[in-house]
Amino acid sequence: MTLASPSDFEDNLQPQGWLRYFSFSLDHKVIGLQYLICGFIFYLVGGALAGIIRTELWSPMSDFVSRETYNETLTLHGTIMIFLWIVPVVNGAFGNYLIPFYVGARDMAFPRLNAVAFWLIPPAGILLISSYFIAGAAAQSGWTAYPPLSLTTPAAGQVVWILSVLLLGGSSIFGGINFIATILKLRRPGLKLMMLPLYCWAMLGTSVLVVLSTPVLAGTLILLSFDIIAHTGFFNPTMGGNVVVYQHLFWFYSHPAVYIMVLPAFGLVSEILPIHARKPLFGYTTMVYSIMAIVFLGLIVWAHHMFTSGTPPWMRLFFTIATSFIAVPTGIKFFNWLATLWGGKIALNSAMLFSCAFIVNFVFGGITGVALAQVPFDIHVHDTYFVVGHFHYIVYGGTVFVIFGSLYHWYPKFTGRLLNEDLGRLHFLLTFVGFNLCFAPQHWLGLNGMPRRVAEYDPAFTTLNQLSSVGALLMAISTLPLLINVVVTAINGKKAGDNPWNALTPEWLTSSPPPVENWHGEAPLVTEPYGYGQHLEAKA
Amino acid sequence: MPIRTVLAVFTATTVLVITGLWVGNNVNLLPPGASSNASTYDELFKVLFSIGTVLFLGIVVLLIYSMIRFRRRSGDMSDGLAIEGNLPLEIVWTAIPAVVVLFVGLYSYDIYERMGGMATLNDHMAMDHGAMQQVSVKEGDTAGRVWGGIGVSGMEAAPGGPVLPVEVTAMQFAFIFHYPGSDITTGELHVPTGQQIELHMEARDVIHAFWVPQFRLKQDIIPGQPTVLSFTATRAGTYPIICAELCGPYHGGMRSNVVVQEPEAYDNWLQQNTPNSTNT
Ligand code: HEM
Ligand SMILES: [Cu+2]
Ligand SMILES: [Cu+2]
Repeated sequence: MTLASPSDFEDNLQPQGWLRYFSFSLDHKVIGLQYLICGFIFYLVGGALAGIIRTELWSPMSDFVSRETYNETLTLHGTIMIFLWIVPVVNGAFGNYLIPFYVGARDMAFPRLNAVAFWLIPPAGILLISSYFIAGAAAQSGWTAYPPLSLTTPAAGQVVWILSVLLLGGSSIFGGINFIATILKLRRPGLKLMMLPLYCWAMLGTSVLVVLSTPVLAGTLILLSFDIIAHTGFFNPTMGGNVVVYQHLFWFYSHPAVYIMVLPAFGLVSEILPIHARKPLFGYTTMVYSIMAIVFLGLIVWAHHMFTSGTPPWMRLFFTIATSFIAVPTGIKFFNWLATLWGGKIALNSAMLFSCAFIVNFVFGGITGVALAQVPFDIHVHDTYFVVGHFHYIVYGGTVFVIFGSLYHWYPKFTGRLLNEDLGRLHFLLTFVGFNLCFAPQHWLGLNGMPRRVAEYDPAFTTLNQLSSVGALLMAISTLPLLINVVVTAINGKKAGDNPWNALTPEWLTSSPPPVENWHGEAPLVTEPYGYGQHLEAKA
Repeated sequence: MPIRTVLAVFTATTVLVITGLWVGNNVNLLPPGASSNASTYDELFKVLFSIGTVLFLGIVVLLIYSMIRFRRRSGDMSDGLAIEGNLPLEIVWTAIPAVVVLFVGLYSYDIYERMGGMATLNDHMAMDHGAMQQVSVKEGDTAGRVWGGIGVSGMEAAPGGPVLPVEVTAMQFAFIFHYPGSDITTGELHVPTGQQIELHMEARDVIHAFWVPQFRLKQDIIPGQPTVLSFTATRAGTYPIICAELCGPYHGGMRSNVVVQEPEAYDNWLQQNTPNSTNT
């Protein structure tokens, strides 16, 4: 098949230039960036809410916002960060942008479904946030929405919350189906599964989790909304309902959800490290199998969130063992990454700094995770700031660090320009210091008696809470160099050329930014996306 | 492998393990314990903290070492070595976490059993063979429907005498304690040292949780599903009881105290507070 020049295609598509990003574009690259920008805006909103939380916690009294507002704030903060920032960006943004390149396709399998999946997100997000401004109306029962609390707090806000999460879950399922179809069915001839860049495997695993577990959440929330609106009694103990069943159903989705947030990040790091260390990804095959193991184990560990919920001992033991074993495939991945760096020619640029810091942070969060998996340990720290520390090390220190690293790495692909390295390092330094200052002390707070989701606390904990708040302030400041960098370099940044990193993965084998249908001719067949070292001649 | 490398690796590992053990045993992150449970818990904590420190430091040192030693010198545009994997090595580092996790799992099972966590298992199994549903319907009260907690009945009583039952009712935003033996109702829990206490807990409205950090114990209090938690306090003093499950606007203020007293002081308190009519 011969291809017309890219400009011919552009003529056929809807709006040009920046207007594209506000259109119902079917181009996977446009959709990917729509996810990214939209997600980043929600990240700023969620961050502002975190600012309210940390300001309230500056002093031991509840004196900054009302107690109801505080609970609304923490509920919206969690929901926005998970469903509107991390999941859409680490899956939707990078997945849509990169997967078609990696499989050698010109777009995703179902471009229209893809656009629908994205366009569900802004209305769902706006709906959710707007409920915050109707006094006393936003959901107040945490991102977990446990009944009976979620049945007794103001109904309007809880129903809006459910509706919004259902829309976002729908978007996620559409995306998941699309990724599975694209990876399995749209590979260019000759491209075998075991030749795919690792991010494809991560997205395949993630999408399987999305498709298997999100419908369970949807069903659960629909029943919860019946309880609220129609006064049914599925989860209402005064009508014979069972509140613990809700927790099982909720975590049947929400534990896999933590892997939906982190497996893609594992995939992205596996792309970044080999390129900037100039070495093949160490242990490709074990990496693939460990992703599969994580997907399987991730589905059978949910009740580790319920060790104090009245679970019988056999259940506590089963879930302790299953959860602990996730550390095995996860450990393999970390050792493989370290081995990838060993003996390399490591460029310590912003993309790498964020990726290496991800390793540090995630190992820390993984270790506290294995500790939390032990029932006798968890019984003390469950629902305390220790858990808050744990999951921020994982979700922020892990996934968000990877998102930032990926931004530095792929920005030249998106725009043809390089982000400024000095601003990038400043951004890294502020983020790394602020992050650790904010979340490390929380482990101590939890161990010593500070429960989570409180607006007031024992005055003995004031100093550490203030330290944590200072860290949060640094994190807020750290977004400034990032924002300046992105805006300024988009206009007059250094030109990157098509392949500034001398990379071998397929997305770099076309122009930057790429033409509308990705390739100027046939898609190249990349059989060794990590063939550094032995293929020096091939790149010349 | 050259002998120098072997020696270096050996020395580094030894230093690491010693550091980990030292940190685990000397850095105290927990509040002073006040129940028989706490010392067992602290033992587990030390072990986990030591292992965690060794693993964390080991990986971070390795990472930083690589970042420095293998950094790209300016002008060097060449690639690193084309090593794509190494099966024996990969097997080694599958084995490391597997062994660690296996050890941690077995050890924490042992700890859990010593805390009395498995007591209900036996209970439960016994009931499974009978007609569990009937039990839960007939007895109506707690037996058969009680899940969870730790050290639940079935354990032989602690040396301090028979088990002391206390009924706990949690509601937005308070705990109420009732002593069935002497018909005392109070907002503050009083318990003697050395006697096993058994809390029978029920919630009026939403889910709450009973947590005493100094006891290292926590149990949700669930509407529609009574739970039991049992412990033996060991050190006199006043410790906070904290609600650990989001239960509404005043969740952060839902606190009380547990006053642990020597048996004589506790008996005094009991005498003074027992309503006259039921005073025996
Ligand atoms: C080695 C791997 C991990 C283990 C063993 C582990 C274990 C646990 C356990 C046992 C809990 C429950 C603690 C409690 O509430 O008492 C927990 C909470 C949590 N974990 Fe992890 N975890 C791991 C990795 C992750 C990852 C990869 C993520 C996300 C990307 C994550 C996110 C969370 C979140 C969000 C919570 C708190 C949920 C809530 O209560 O709101 N964890 N983890
Ligand atoms: Cu989990
Ligand atoms: Cu509470």
